Amino acid sequence: MRIACPHCGTRGLDEFAYLGDATVVRPDPSAENAETAFVEYVYLRDNPAGRHRELWSHALGCQSWLVVTRDVRTHAIESVENARDVATARDQGAGQ
Amino acid sequence: MSTDSYSIFSVLREALRGHTGWKPAWRDAAPKPAYDVVIVGGGGHGLATAHYLAKVHGITNVAVVEKGWIGGGNVGRNTTIVRSNYLLPGNVPFYEHSLKLWEGLEQDLNYNAMVSQRGVVNLFHSDGQRDAYARRGNAMRMNGIDADLLDVPELKRILPMLDFDNARFPIKGALRQKRGGTVRHDAVAWGYARAADGRGVDIIQNCEVTGFRIEGGRIEGVETTRGFIGAKKVGLSTAGNSSRVASMAGLRLPIESHVLQAFVSEGLKPFIDTVCTFGAGHFYISQSDKGGLVFGGDIDGYNSYAQRGALPTVEDVCEGGMALMPSIGRVRMLRSWGGIMDMSMDGSPIIDHTPVEGLYLNAGWCYGGFKATPAAGDCFAHLIARDAPHPVATAYRLDRFATGRTIDEKGMGAQPNLH
Repeated sequence: MRIACPHCGTRGLDEFAYLGDATVVRPDPSAENAETAFVEYVYLRDNPAGRHRELWSHALGCQSWLVVTRDVRTHAIESVENARDVATARDQGAGQ
Repeated sequence: MSTDSYSIFSVLREALRGHTGWKPAWRDAAPKPAYDVVIVGGGGHGLATAHYLAKVHGITNVAVVEKGWIGGGNVGRNTTIVRSNYLLPGNVPFYEHSLKLWEGLEQDLNYNAMVSQRGVVNLFHSDGQRDAYARRGNAMRMNGIDADLLDVPELKRILPMLDFDNARFPIKGALRQKRGGTVRHDAVAWGYARAADGRGVDIIQNCEVTGFRIEGGRIEGVETTRGFIGAKKVGLSTAGNSSRVASMAGLRLPIESHVLQAFVSEGLKPFIDTVCTFGAGHFYISQSDKGGLVFGGDIDGYNSYAQRGALPTVEDVCEGGMALMPSIGRVRMLRSWGGIMDMSMDGSPIIDHTPVEGLYLNAGWCYGGFKATPAAGDCFAHLIARDAPHPVATAYRLDRFATGRTIDEKGMGAQPNLH
């Protein structure tokens, strides 16, 4: 598997470090249901057999955090975005 | 006349009549309209569950439904190691129960599973690591489990091929569990399948579950590619695909699916007669009776449902092997393959009820499910039959993530790819 870093170009898997599901969002700690929401945020995952949005760091490259959209059955990569851009878009209510 | 029971007499009798009397080890059952219990997943755990349901609890109106064929999943893809060298209270009694069941397995099943208690040797490479291993060994001995700390001269006698004076990771000794070892993994699946079938369990292959019928919060049965099968109780034993199967019942699990690779070399003359693990990297090795070196290391580290891994992990595992025993450097690797692991958020399994009445879950085995096969089957059968957890599996609750009672043997936190 090779990942196309938006800054460095296409690089081999061994330059990247994996964090996990990019769709979970840290809940508001002051919310009424914060305890339940944090359990879900920290522990529960959709773990789909198919399209998966996930966080990778280009650890041995530019060290950017990336959101990679990948089919976990075939490892075919649909898109690679800057995690910052994804987070900004989400905060503006236009996210995915 | 057919031959049902395996013994020296049946082998001799069949030898004399040209092996014409052997029967298939289990029936190719077609699904009945309904069962008392349906187990989803015909892997080692599912088959063992069916066996213990029938044998211990007398529940024989049971079906095991399997999407592929028996032994085609992780039970046939692992590195066959069994051991009970655990540290944490939630794990210790469970894995020791499992090892005891392994020790009596072949008599129980009337099947040669090639249980070989050749010992598991965990190497340490520093003073700190020695202390940690001594602590683990002491914890094991306090629980009545065998463990001994080996010094270098003793280790050199057992494993002369190791690179003791490695400049970066010199070998300082090892923690050994003599009762650990290996078991022929396919034979475990076949043995449990045969034993369960012999007690009336239907093993239904090529039958994939496509949904659950749930009425008023209670399970009614499973929808499959071979039609609806009614069931009073349904047990999920589909490690690797637990999230996918459980999602059909509306559940979201604390699990990610990851790929773990395993490797086998070309056949060699007897070289290593124990299981050995590298303490400074992640590498474990044993030798099969056929002569191949069987070894493995880390999971690839990212979500995957593809039963194959990537090359950086192959390189990493082989580097671990070379650091440990440089003499294998020119041995050719014969095959590598991958299996999909339920990596749970604390590295420990789940054997528990689900919020759906009559639906039970056996999942989250990470890459340690094989050694747990007999105990997982026994405990899951106990849970299904009696609606109460088996005494050695009380800690494997689904709600432990919400209550803070996680069992994190490796101390990595909620990061499945690090367990």
